[in-house]
Amino acid sequence: MNEPNHARRFGAIWLVATVIATPLVILLLAPILPPGKSTEQAAGQATDNTVLLGMATPVLLLVVIYLIYSTIYFRQARGAVLEGPAIRGDARLQTTWIVITSLLVLSLASYGTVRLLSDNGAGSGSGPSPLTVPKGPKLPVQVIGQQWAFTYRYPTYGGVEVPHLVLPEGETIELHVTSIDVIHSFWARQLAVKADANPQIDNIAFVKATHLGTFEVRCAELCGIWHGEMFDHGRVVTMPEFETWIHQAQATYAPATKLLPPYSTTYLPKPSRRAE
Amino acid sequence: MTTTTAGAYTPQPARRPMWRRVVGFNLLLAVVLGVGGYYLGWFIGHQISGKSFEFQSATDENDVALLLAYLFGVVGFLIGLGFANYPVSRMLGRPASLREKEEEGIGRYFGLCTDHKVVGIQYLIGIGVFFFVGGVNAMLIRTELLHSTPQFVGPNQYISLVGMHGTMMMGMMTSGILGPFANYFVPILIGARRMAFPRIEALTFWLLMAAGFILTSTIFFGGFPTGWTGYEPLNDQAVMGMDSYIIFFALVGISMCLLGLNMMATILTMRAPGLTWSRLPIFVWSVLATSVLMVLAAPMLVATLTMAALDRTINTSFFLPGGGGSSYLFENLFWFFGHPEVYILALPGFGIILELLPVFTRKPLWGYRLAVSGMLGVTLLSFFVWQHHLFVSGINADLRPFYMLSTEIISIPTGFIFLCAMGTLWKARSSFSVPMLFCLAWVFNFLIGGLSGVFVSDAPSDTSTHGSFFTMAHFHYTIMGGLIFTFFAAIYYWVPKMTGLRFNERLAKIHFWLMFIAFNSTFMPLFVIGMKGQPRRVSEYASNLHALNVWVSVSAFVLGFSMLIFIANTVYSMIFARIASEQNPWRSKSIEWQIPHPVPVNNFEQIPVFESDPYDYGVPLRVAGAQPASAGT
Repeated sequence: MNEPNHARRFGAIWLVATVIATPLVILLLAPILPPGKSTEQAAGQATDNTVLLGMATPVLLLVVIYLIYSTIYFRQARGAVLEGPAIRGDARLQTTWIVITSLLVLSLASYGTVRLLSDNGAGSGSGPSPLTVPKGPKLPVQVIGQQWAFTYRYPTYGGVEVPHLVLPEGETIELHVTSIDVIHSFWARQLAVKADANPQIDNIAFVKATHLGTFEVRCAELCGIWHGEMFDHGRVVTMPEFETWIHQAQATYAPATKLLPPYSTTYLPKPSRRAE
Repeated sequence: MTTTTAGAYTPQPARRPMWRRVVGFNLLLAVVLGVGGYYLGWFIGHQISGKSFEFQSATDENDVALLLAYLFGVVGFLIGLGFANYPVSRMLGRPASLREKEEEGIGRYFGLCTDHKVVGIQYLIGIGVFFFVGGVNAMLIRTELLHSTPQFVGPNQYISLVGMHGTMMMGMMTSGILGPFANYFVPILIGARRMAFPRIEALTFWLLMAAGFILTSTIFFGGFPTGWTGYEPLNDQAVMGMDSYIIFFALVGISMCLLGLNMMATILTMRAPGLTWSRLPIFVWSVLATSVLMVLAAPMLVATLTMAALDRTINTSFFLPGGGGSSYLFENLFWFFGHPEVYILALPGFGIILELLPVFTRKPLWGYRLAVSGMLGVTLLSFFVWQHHLFVSGINADLRPFYMLSTEIISIPTGFIFLCAMGTLWKARSSFSVPMLFCLAWVFNFLIGGLSGVFVSDAPSDTSTHGSFFTMAHFHYTIMGGLIFTFFAAIYYWVPKMTGLRFNERLAKIHFWLMFIAFNSTFMPLFVIGMKGQPRRVSEYASNLHALNVWVSVSAFVLGFSMLIFIANTVYSMIFARIASEQNPWRSKSIEWQIPHPVPVNNFEQIPVFESDPYDYGVPLRVAGAQPASAGT
């Protein structure tokens, strides 16, 4: 019986599929990959997702094509009870596999680390003292999570607290995320920002918007029955528009600002639980 | 062959009169004492903490009473089953009670029985019931998500359903394979007559049943709003239903820990002569690896929940930032248990597919040592990755590169399992029986789960996917696609041995294809939904995601329907049709198929002596390094 050289044939199919599919996947999906390009952090993450997708595609193809190939060619003939060859392993293949997967994994982790550090935390909550901080001036904005809304304080504008987030374009924003009750997670999808709001913790994330427009704000950590209702829209506006808006807000909310506790990185939560 | 009869125990066939079997230590008395204990605990709780604590005066709640009620109820339940008989009679200097073995017939399944084969079947049915409850919860969740605003059950019930679904599945299915299949088959596979600690074995099962009942009872106390993670301080803020969660998970933790200890002791000390470590069936290796994780991880859970219970009852503040505690502490402790937990779910699945593939490919297991090192590698590494659940939380942010590295390294030993599965398929003579189909589906599902895991393990990419439906789809691919598919593979493969009856093949195939297609059709779109911004556990979402959510819900209903086909098949095949299974329907060379069925109480007339591993399939290669023979006998 003339068996074809399965190893060579499978290898060729996989190689052709990879060479065709990987660039195709990258070209087609890269422009629509979340979280878009509206901030520096978003663009960084989109690139990151593209790279990961480019690395995942050959692996996906390898296993899926192998599954299909082996179901077609390595099957028991109908009604037959034949035994397969008693192959118990292949030291060379095993070593190759270990080396390749290790290299793949180490390069993934190194790439992820470089991205994380060069993008200053890549928009994710980096704790009270982030490892890397963007250069230049930064506009601090405090995000306060509470059941069930986010509010925002601008410490450099008299600590005014507003219910909707407005950010200036082209400015590095230093978000200080905290909570006054349970754990929330501040998620602005188009900004590519996600940072948990923990009581008594000042969780810092950086973002720099490069496009004007609106973005969604959601809570991404279960915080009680109206968790899904913590939904709002924020705006990215030009710097002059922002100045106008913040001065208006300062005037509008002046009576409320007087009653607020002074700005602080964290606020003491209520000590007891179900007591009112 | 050596003959060993020492340690063999012959059961007394004494059949007691009917009234003695009804009145005695059995499930009936257990329920009576359980309810009695519940009200006793409730009463005591109200005596020690009535209206005196300030925070309880405003509400009609008493956590002390409910926690004590549950604890006393469980103790009463266990005494009623007869768990106290043995220690009490030994303490009083009386001969040890061996009545657990006296019973015969169907009554054994409704009480304390120390036969590992009875416990295995008890587990299968008991876990099956709670798996069904968890599945119904999932159906209700998907019904609510047919609308983008709360329409069906409302936000409060919705959040309770989400919590119950997650907790039930994570808690009960932890023992999904170890409970039924390891308890039944590990002693047989290693040539032993019983488990090392038969009473502890029975205890793990009944603890789990009490726990499942307690979790279900949360609906009478307002449910709980935290999901299966139980994060503080929301945990502390929640109503009394939260106590059901605490007691449930603590009992599951105790059961898990005892189950792991028992398995370790059995596998380490009770292997038959000749069963060296390199001949141990790979399934037994996976059970051993899982047991190590269970023993090391579960105590952390019990300790954490004890602290949470103290916070809720006597005003300690381990986790309350307002009182000097830390919500980070809870997250850390929980995930130190929680991440090994997901490997406790995945590892038995690895064992099942590598155990079954050689049988259906008619080839030896490819790369036995690689598979073992893969499992042990996963076991070791799973304790070093837990903070990847907290990438955006701000906790130890400087350590994110380390956790990214350790998480991605864990894919190397997982890759070994893939290589071994693929190597076993190479030049095989595969026949596609139902268990084999489920194994192949595992390869695909776990691949998707693993590759999506690369995205969530990468800290920059995780910023967007964290806590979204993307993550939810990822872990359903690994847990449902990994554990539940192998669970069904094991059912179709081993239940004919356990019952001596065979499944209807046509219905089984319909079940498989419907389940596989509906599963992928349910969870694949969730990756997109997550990327487009839907967070987990919400009952309201952006209206532009409505069409996708409807698609997912409909697919989920089909997935639920495929489970009904399975139930129908089970009822039809096991109760009505009752067609006897062949002695060895899969032509397996493993030992469990060589002994008669029903399996005798003592498993073996003589303790077997092993001379090879159970993968002695295939035509030997003619000359080392030459082309393998292409045809068999």
